[in-house]
Amino acid sequence: MDRPFGLLAELTYACPLHCAYCSNPLNLADYRDELTTQEWLRVLAEARELGVLQLHLSGGEPLQRRDLVDIVRRAAELDMYTNLVTSALGLSTRRAEELRDAGLDHVQISIQADERELSDRVAGTPSFDRKITAARLVKELGWPLTLNAVLHRDTIDRIPGIIDLARELGADRLELANTQYYGWGLLNRDRLLPSRAQLDRAEAAVRAAREQAGDMEIFYIIPDYYSRYPKPCMGGWAHHQLTVAPNGDVLPCPTAQALPLPRASVRERPLEWIWDESPLFQRFRGTDWMPDPCRGCERREIDFGGCRCQAFQLTGDAARTDPVCHLSPDHEIVAAAVRAANDPAQPRELALTPRPHPRSVALGDAAR
Amino acid sequence: MPSTRPIPTVDGADRPVLARGVRLSFDAARNRQVLLSPETASVLNATGAAILDLCDGERTVDEILSELRQRYHQVPEDEVRRFLGRLLARRCLVVRSG
Repeated sequence: MDRPFGLLAELTYACPLHCAYCSNPLNLADYRDELTTQEWLRVLAEARELGVLQLHLSGGEPLQRRDLVDIVRRAAELDMYTNLVTSALGLSTRRAEELRDAGLDHVQISIQADERELSDRVAGTPSFDRKITAARLVKELGWPLTLNAVLHRDTIDRIPGIIDLARELGADRLELANTQYYGWGLLNRDRLLPSRAQLDRAEAAVRAAREQAGDMEIFYIIPDYYSRYPKPCMGGWAHHQLTVAPNGDVLPCPTAQALPLPRASVRERPLEWIWDESPLFQRFRGTDWMPDPCRGCERREIDFGGCRCQAFQLTGDAARTDPVCHLSPDHEIVAAAVRAANDPAQPRELALTPRPHPRSVALGDAAR
Repeated sequence: MPSTRPIPTVDGADRPVLARGVRLSFDAARNRQVLLSPETASVLNATGAAILDLCDGERTVDEILSELRQRYHQVPEDEVRRFLGRLLARRCLVVRSG
């Protein structure tokens, strides 16, 4: 069995932003019993011993955790590569300097669009100006800067402007990532999924930008609904990566909490046991679990049957082929969503359901 | 639409150095040197680690090759150049030219 390389530490689901494409779970209120500082420090030590080399500090908004600097410092002491995945809200000069002194390696800042009005509307809160200030601060403090823009129907046509903004800010990397439809994103899918014409324009814009001279690296990730084959989700179930949710649940992928599988928590078991032996991590490891048509497919070691969470969300059975695959018996579910996204008669005025702050939702009714 | 571009060729006079935000580390769990960058961790073999150890932004590619020749019986120059080219393409290395 391989050892994991990366740990996605979802420190909290608290977030000042309300993006309707958020992949956090709908039942945000169930995660308010967050791991303590001491518990996180123990998790880091166990993860390092297990072979984890990269720590992605995410959420929610990781800067909402007051102990973030302590967590980064411990990770640096353990010689992990630390990556802060942030909205940048809360990244003051003082906080940024503390994080740098604690050994933080890299900062990835999300941007919602290339201009204030649209960005603030997508984020559901005034945030654009603070993000720009924080991006400049990251460069001033000598970190490499990655900007990440999640694209959807309302923002995908802004790619040229987003690329110009990223260049102007001196970003080293720009990730243009179409929304993946999980959590709040799935709830809002029919309003967010772009049309094929929009995708064609997006690809042309990315190609043109890459042909220009410049050192910025541009990653472009298409919405998998438009792919012929599914994405190799997480590089295979429980193969390279693991996630620890704010409450200590350990997951092979950040959206797997919805699957009807036995839980595994760092509050109850060592990380090594969870990785090696827990039923949750064993369930879809390798290829033995696969149904047809994956079982006999020559791509089974390339895409691993796609995403288990997507199969569950769309068909109710996590052990089916990802319906994104054109060979899946359930592909019509995805095809219908794509047809609707390209149907000019389809109403587009549906309101988006914003992702709330977990503290603002009553226990149990977070989903609607 | 992967970020593919041709693998850059390295010139003998280039002085390669790890890009900002990229570092080498020893991984006790795997007992190997690893190259860490924002999105990837690569486990290195002994030769790869020795090459990157020499990429200090001062030594030229020619100087790196000659140092490797002192240490190893056979140094396949093309392979070393390809290795450096791949890491340049992945932005793990940058070069100072001339």
